[in-house]
Amino acid sequence: MGDRIATRDAYGNALVKLGETNPSIVVLDADLSKSTKTAGFAKKFPERFIQMGIAEADMMATAAGLATCGKIPFASTFAIFATGRAYDQVRNTVGYPHLNVKIAATHAGITVGEDGGSHQSIEDIALMRVIPGMTVLNPADAVEAEKLILAAAEYQGPVYIRLGREPLSKVFTDDYQPEIGKAVRLRDGKAATIIATGIMVEKALQAADILGQKGTTVRVVNIHTIKPIDAAEIIKAAWETRAIVTAEEHSIIGGLGSAVSEVVVQNHPVPIEYVGVKDRFGQSGIPAKLLEEYELSPEHIVAAVEKAIGRKNP
Amino acid sequence: MLTSAQLAELNEHARQMRGHIIRMLAASKSGHPGGSLSAVELLSYLYFYKMKIDPQNPTLPDRDRFVLSKGHAAPVLYSALAERGFFDKELLQTLRQFGSILQGHPDMKRIPGVDISSGSLGQGLSVGNGMALAAKLDRKPYHVYVLLGDGEIEEGQVWEALMTSVHYKLDNLTAFLDYNHLQIDGTIEDVKSLTDPGKRFTAFGWRVVSVDGHNIAEIDRAVEESESVKGQPTMIVLNTCKGKGCSFMENQVGWHGAAPKPEEAEKALQELGLA
Repeated sequence: MGDRIATRDAYGNALVKLGETNPSIVVLDADLSKSTKTAGFAKKFPERFIQMGIAEADMMATAAGLATCGKIPFASTFAIFATGRAYDQVRNTVGYPHLNVKIAATHAGITVGEDGGSHQSIEDIALMRVIPGMTVLNPADAVEAEKLILAAAEYQGPVYIRLGREPLSKVFTDDYQPEIGKAVRLRDGKAATIIATGIMVEKALQAADILGQKGTTVRVVNIHTIKPIDAAEIIKAAWETRAIVTAEEHSIIGGLGSAVSEVVVQNHPVPIEYVGVKDRFGQSGIPAKLLEEYELSPEHIVAAVEKAIGRKNP
Repeated sequence: MLTSAQLAELNEHARQMRGHIIRMLAASKSGHPGGSLSAVELLSYLYFYKMKIDPQNPTLPDRDRFVLSKGHAAPVLYSALAERGFFDKELLQTLRQFGSILQGHPDMKRIPGVDISSGSLGQGLSVGNGMALAAKLDRKPYHVYVLLGDGEIEEGQVWEALMTSVHYKLDNLTAFLDYNHLQIDGTIEDVKSLTDPGKRFTAFGWRVVSVDGHNIAEIDRAVEESESVKGQPTMIVLNTCKGKGCSFMENQVGWHGAAPKPEEAEKALQELGLA
């Protein structure tokens, strides 16, 4: 469906729109404005663009100061630095006082590719999810990314927005309107539910097609808001399809799979299988090769679904 | 310039704040007296003379801001806020107790008049920069004051923030270094050498003034002068004595994070003429 666009490009576009409509928006970047796509905003609204240099911790606490004075700061850098390097600043100075700071984290996941394991953020969802009151967003394509970024600007409180480097196919049409906190059912089916987030949503749909050809119909649910998670939709999936597979470009520890499991075991335990990075660091390589190596292909989702169905209670 | 009557009044507020600090720490049986007592004169000056603030309207949009970057010195901030009327002085006795607004370190969500939560060291100057940048963006006249500890500036983020203040020419921000020479494990020089911090700040592009941190007239002169300088932030190095005003705490490493026992509190209050 149309051209391939990266969610970081959607971020750049959304910021320019926000700059025009909301005078409270300010954008901070840590020497990555071309990569994070904040450069367009910087060019158009130079007085509201704050270049912080290579100082992510300083950037997060500066954003907090701006927020206490009524600004809506978008602090932008790579996911690995936004969450890992500046964790204490995000936790204590943004999260603890529940300030209205938006953390835009690009180059998330292993599809950042050639830079290798040091730059492949596969723990960021876990780190952000555990901070009380932090909202965690992980859009599936550029359409969803742009709409969620605009929604995040209106949302009161700290928001983590996970974005990617690689251009993606569009999963959604331009009239699609996601709502923070609300899951989106994309396919219906009886045998199992694939709950996917981010770039894995498209792969989940491909997996559903493969399974359909084999005569197995599965439900596909897109979770763009990992926190607060749409528990009602997950519980429905557990009741109605009795087997769940989660799919995320993140460690299987602490991310979507963990969040879904927390809901399922407390409400209606059913078998769950995880598609994600299995307690390993990444390595250099092209994204397609990495997705194969780290078991993140549609075929891996298919295998996980079949395994989950095999574990269903009779 | 302060009149002698104003000076006498500010010194009296400082004396009362010392009393509050001793009493609240004795009641809580935990907390940080040393670095609270060393900053009393500065907070008396800011909260009773310098800052445009309104205890009846703690979130007044154009108020001056204060950032206690060394958040463990919460008792000095709480004593200033209570003495100034932001909340009932009786509440000081609830310091660090379950359910109290007065958390071990300042929590802006609970305490009226606290402009930012703090406690994890090294972050306050960055926050102050953000506030000062917001004032510039909105062309607002408010000023931002940040208090740093001397041990605290061992945190690398402080030096990132020092660069940011200079880069953005934040002349609407004044920082203070509480140079009392002590931290938890010993003297600053023993733990991590900090020979002539003023030289280091100057090298980073700051305007630096060094004053007697217990002399309010000197603090006032330095602050007034700093606010007439355009295009450059000022760091006022406050030469202070940790535990000031309580003879047995003065310059003692052990009084960084220990509360006085009842008989010690009594002695301290006697020395202050508040028993």
